[in-house]
Amino acid sequence: MNTLVMTVGVLAAALAAVQPASAQTTLDAVRSKGYVQCGVNTGLAGFSQPDSKGMWRGIDVDLCRAVSAAVFGDAAKVRYTPLTAQQRFTALQSGEVDVLARNTTWTITRDTSLGLNFVGVNYYDGQGFMVPKKLNVKSAKQLNGATVCVQPGTTTELNLADYFRANRMTFKPVVIEKLEEVLNAYFAGRCDVYTTDVSGLVAVRASRAPNPADHVILPEVISKEPLGPVVRHGDDRWFDVVKWSLFAMLEAEELGLGAKTIDQHLNSTNPSIQRFTGATGDIGKALGLDNRWAYSIVKQVGNYGESFERNLVPLGFERGLNRLWTQGGLMYAPPIR
Amino acid sequence: MGTDPIFRTAGSIPDWARANLFSSWPNALLTIGIVYVLWQALPSLVNWAFIEAVWHAPDSKACRAASGGGACWAFVAEKHRFILFGTYPFDQHWRPALACIVLVALWSVSALRAFWKWWLALVWTGGLAVIALLMWGGAFGLPYVENERWGGLILTLLLTSFGLAFAFPLAILLALARRSTMPALQGLAVGFIELVRGVPLISLLFMASVMLPLFLPAGVTIDKLLRAQIALILFAAAYLAEVVRGGLQAIPAGQYEAADALGFSYWRKTLLVVLPQALRVSIPPLVNSFIAFFKDTSLVLIIGLFDLLSTIKVSLTEPAWTGFGVEAYLFASLIYFAFCYSMSRYSQNLERGLAKAEEGRRR
Repeated sequence: MNTLVMTVGVLAAALAAVQPASAQTTLDAVRSKGYVQCGVNTGLAGFSQPDSKGMWRGIDVDLCRAVSAAVFGDAAKVRYTPLTAQQRFTALQSGEVDVLARNTTWTITRDTSLGLNFVGVNYYDGQGFMVPKKLNVKSAKQLNGATVCVQPGTTTELNLADYFRANRMTFKPVVIEKLEEVLNAYFAGRCDVYTTDVSGLVAVRASRAPNPADHVILPEVISKEPLGPVVRHGDDRWFDVVKWSLFAMLEAEELGLGAKTIDQHLNSTNPSIQRFTGATGDIGKALGLDNRWAYSIVKQVGNYGESFERNLVPLGFERGLNRLWTQGGLMYAPPIR
Repeated sequence: MGTDPIFRTAGSIPDWARANLFSSWPNALLTIGIVYVLWQALPSLVNWAFIEAVWHAPDSKACRAASGGGACWAFVAEKHRFILFGTYPFDQHWRPALACIVLVALWSVSALRAFWKWWLALVWTGGLAVIALLMWGGAFGLPYVENERWGGLILTLLLTSFGLAFAFPLAILLALARRSTMPALQGLAVGFIELVRGVPLISLLFMASVMLPLFLPAGVTIDKLLRAQIALILFAAAYLAEVVRGGLQAIPAGQYEAADALGFSYWRKTLLVVLPQALRVSIPPLVNSFIAFFKDTSLVLIIGLFDLLSTIKVSLTEPAWTGFGVEAYLFASLIYFAFCYSMSRYSQNLERGLAKAEEGRRR
């Protein structure tokens, strides 16, 4: 009897010792450990990738740095956990990472049954087609009967079949598992078309094509792949912090505030800019942060456009859908007021 | 090796060639065939690897333009620090480099039979403390580096060293348990060995990295590196246990009976009579397993740890430097080869040395 009571007591004590960790909000936990643990891709050019010096770079990495700047006023307080596609959701669910910024497509299943919350979209992607220029193809509608190189097992293959069926066209798939080999097949002329997400097409054309000008990416985008940062269900405070870190980068671009120029606007009389930099109002407090949270993000990381310029434009990406709404794109931040 | 009987040493070169290369018609044909293949392959290989190779270039395009189809070693020159040290802070790279040297020195010292004394354990304890201090830092003015940033060669070496260091004793215990007469102990050992051997290493790593965190209470996380290390230890232990068991079975029953007749207890019998002989018999398969395990650690790339092979893979994805897989993987294979080959040479020497010692004792 005594041992039973003791066992129960020990178990209860162990549970109690464990409990506070889960009851604590993520923001408090992040503050007390002193850094943001950010789950990123193990290596995807432009999104998250270590450079030759082992420094992480990319737009997903910039999102992590923005969150760190908002919470600590210092963009460098991030620790990166490189994650594979299979690990990423478990790592977030189990609390191994605080934010998952790993080019993850926002779908309803992931947003609901996986227990995740997508905070927004930091890159609008979609599946497209690349063809050699010499074929003189101007539209995907002209691809009837084409041989298409595609990697198996992803939604890419299904979207491809759907698109051709919907347009009453036929195609001959060349299905190859390894990226390296599928690219070799395309560049060797084994197929007329290569299909994957447009971001992937752009990167491949810039880095792998013997002569990038010999290949064109067709205008049709046949699927929606909104990529965005993710947090766990059930912690609205943290959800707000990450969400508004992303929005602050978009809003800064809209207001014309950049890393180099924001200091010149500190004395601006524009009320939107005053609210943004924390000169007036208590917006940071409402988030549980310092009032200069947005200023720190822009000062240290830059606005969304600058991040895009720095990471994606050198690879040959065009802004396209990722322009601000004022310029005909989809990037739109709710008002910061 | 001059002592190998396969190479008959003779006085002059023509004699030597006749004896070794043209001793019979099939041998002569083989020699001519091999010389022909080398004649065809070597010039273009040398041309690719050295003559037309480019050693310095700002990026892949410049490298391709500068080389007339030769190797682009500029890739390795640019990326070698990332490949060797991963995302470890760039200005602190001397720390993992030194840690690698300490680790290799520890292994080399342990390899010399003159140092097989009890104080070797102290040397290892000290060496590992130095490595921990170098890698983590946080004392003596070294900035703290969390182990998520460890990568490259040192990660491969650490995973292998700790994997083998913990798996080997565990394997001996498992092998002894499997041959034990106690049914519960035997059942446990058999169950563990068959379970772990029955699944691929990849699935063990996945279990450790994806499933295990879900079973732990919220807010409790075990370090990713530690989880992978434990999975590797369990995997290696199961395989090594079977190797050791093979050695145990090779010991004649007379040895056991003689030890029993001397009134030895179970542990004295095992430690003084059975294991020393059994382990000597199992040196070749053990080294075989060690080498296989060293290379198996590269599978951690599927759970996002940056070991030597993962850093190569990641460095190949940078757009400015893509398309140099051949050069990169050659670099990796050189490193792997250096380690694996020295392991196998050492085991041969060890076998020879032990055989000589045995002969001396019998005489």
